[in-house]
Amino acid sequence: MIARIEPTLHTEAVATRPGRAFLKIDHVRKVFRRAGIESEVLSEIDLTIEKGEFVAIIGHSGCGKSTLLNLIAGLTPVTSGAVLLEDREVNSPGPDRAVVFQNHSLLPWLTVYDNVRLAVDKVFGRAKSKAERHEWTLHNLGLVQMSHAIDKRPGEISGGMKQRVGIARALAMEPKVLLMDEPFGALDALTRAHLQDSVMQIHARLGNTAIMITHDVDEAVLLSDRIVMMTNGPAAKIGEILDIRLERPRNRLELVSDPAYIAAREAVLKFLYERHRFVEAAA
Amino acid sequence: MSISPARAANFNEVTNVAVERPAAAPREIAQAEPAVVRSLPPRKASLLPAIMKKGAGVVASVVPPLLVLTLLLVIWEIACSGPKATLPPPTKIWSEARDLIVSPFFNLGAQDIGLGWRVLTSLQRVAIGFGLSAVVGVLLGALVGQSQWAMRGLDPIFQVLRTVPPLAWLPISLAAFRDANPSAIFVIFITAIWPVIINTAVGIRNIPQDYRNVAAVLRLNHAEFLWRIMIPSAAPYIFTGLRIGIGLSWLAIVAAEMLTGGVGIGFFIWDAWNSSRLADIIVALVYIGVVGFVLDRCVAMIGNLATRGTASA
Repeated sequence: MIARIEPTLHTEAVATRPGRAFLKIDHVRKVFRRAGIESEVLSEIDLTIEKGEFVAIIGHSGCGKSTLLNLIAGLTPVTSGAVLLEDREVNSPGPDRAVVFQNHSLLPWLTVYDNVRLAVDKVFGRAKSKAERHEWTLHNLGLVQMSHAIDKRPGEISGGMKQRVGIARALAMEPKVLLMDEPFGALDALTRAHLQDSVMQIHARLGNTAIMITHDVDEAVLLSDRIVMMTNGPAAKIGEILDIRLERPRNRLELVSDPAYIAAREAVLKFLYERHRFVEAAA
Repeated sequence: MSISPARAANFNEVTNVAVERPAAAPREIAQAEPAVVRSLPPRKASLLPAIMKKGAGVVASVVPPLLVLTLLLVIWEIACSGPKATLPPPTKIWSEARDLIVSPFFNLGAQDIGLGWRVLTSLQRVAIGFGLSAVVGVLLGALVGQSQWAMRGLDPIFQVLRTVPPLAWLPISLAAFRDANPSAIFVIFITAIWPVIINTAVGIRNIPQDYRNVAAVLRLNHAEFLWRIMIPSAAPYIFTGLRIGIGLSWLAIVAAEMLTGGVGIGFFIWDAWNSSRLADIIVALVYIGVVGFVLDRCVAMIGNLATRGTASA
């Protein structure tokens, strides 16, 4: 029930399927057509993600990083190419790719508990008994430290708490891939740091595969195993992928003076500001 | 001198701001603050000042309408007390129609019953007609709001039909039902349904994309989407439509009953007019006004309860 099987190191999962990627984004291209005008948002995105990996996608506004996340989530159809999860093409949304939305997207007429419970009932309606689903809902709210506010409505809690509930709702679906679309973008720096720590702890504990869109360099370096840097749109591509070889668990205070951390940060900043400056901002 | 990219990066490092959207900061503060306020324990107010404050509020909201009402009655009394006055003054109404005013529920045989009974008969018709229009209206509105094709096909028809005055439907419904009571109910139904349909459709078209995304990720089926997302999200709009609808049905019932006869309050007015009982008509008007007001408040209250305060009161 609550005692979920803690996934072991992702290397094992990879070893069982030699040469097969867990999540593969294969030559994905996205063109939007509006009023007869075609605009290519993403061109030729190729990316493979291993099980248990935490990948951050960073880029300037409008470079199509949210579009890329929506393609993986299946909320937007790809124009060409394919997204493969465990060798199966995914082209419609589903709870195996749970999304933590930028603006939390909690249903305001449901309590914190009911928001998570809705997801639990939908995903585990057959697999778990009523009592198990209740326990599982509470367990996930506990993971994000929201057990104290289960009867509150989203309108009664702070932005950071809403985002915690959003994360709990996504985790409760036991997704194969956890997709996060700038989850902390609208939060103040302190709340953001708290939530980043929570996400790191949860990732360490559950070993989820996670993709996170962010525009915060520190957040990307702190949280991820790899940072995917996007070039500016239109027709954005993956400009560079940076491996972050920092040991976990990571501590933000210790990292500040860590040469590897500083180097990684500098690499991302250089990419964003020297090689792919945001054209409008530079003007 | 323009700032070099390296300098810009450096600046960023020092202040440690997000790469984009520096404008996000003020919003965060606004969001963070209420949480702090709320976490404080509620202050214990002493009871007496609270009651006095509440009492003052009641006085402030009750006294002005009472004053204005008294003033209007006095003006009316003066205006209608001359020998040539065509309408009865309030004192005459009181002396002539006192039984109607003080005892709404007397029953002295076929047409000699209290206005309370008549209002209840009318309300029963309204309940059936309006109930039907609420159910059908919400479903049709959901269809029109969800489907482009339904909207293109049905919306022009709705827009034309909704301008037809309630009474214009009466001959057709009399011809179709061949009975007064179902005809009156049909007139109420057809009068009240348009605002319900139109408001529901607008509410459903305005469901935020976020909620649709949540539904998509959870793979909610159509029925679940209807009950878990669509109705709650559109509820404030639906209740606005229902409030307009109940107002219109109360307007329509009186007119319809005048023509169909029977026991309702509308027929009472017609009957009183035919026997020149002007005082009775005026009493009936007050009844209708009060009942209409109560109906509107009831729907507003249900709306408030159902949407937890998000519907406009």
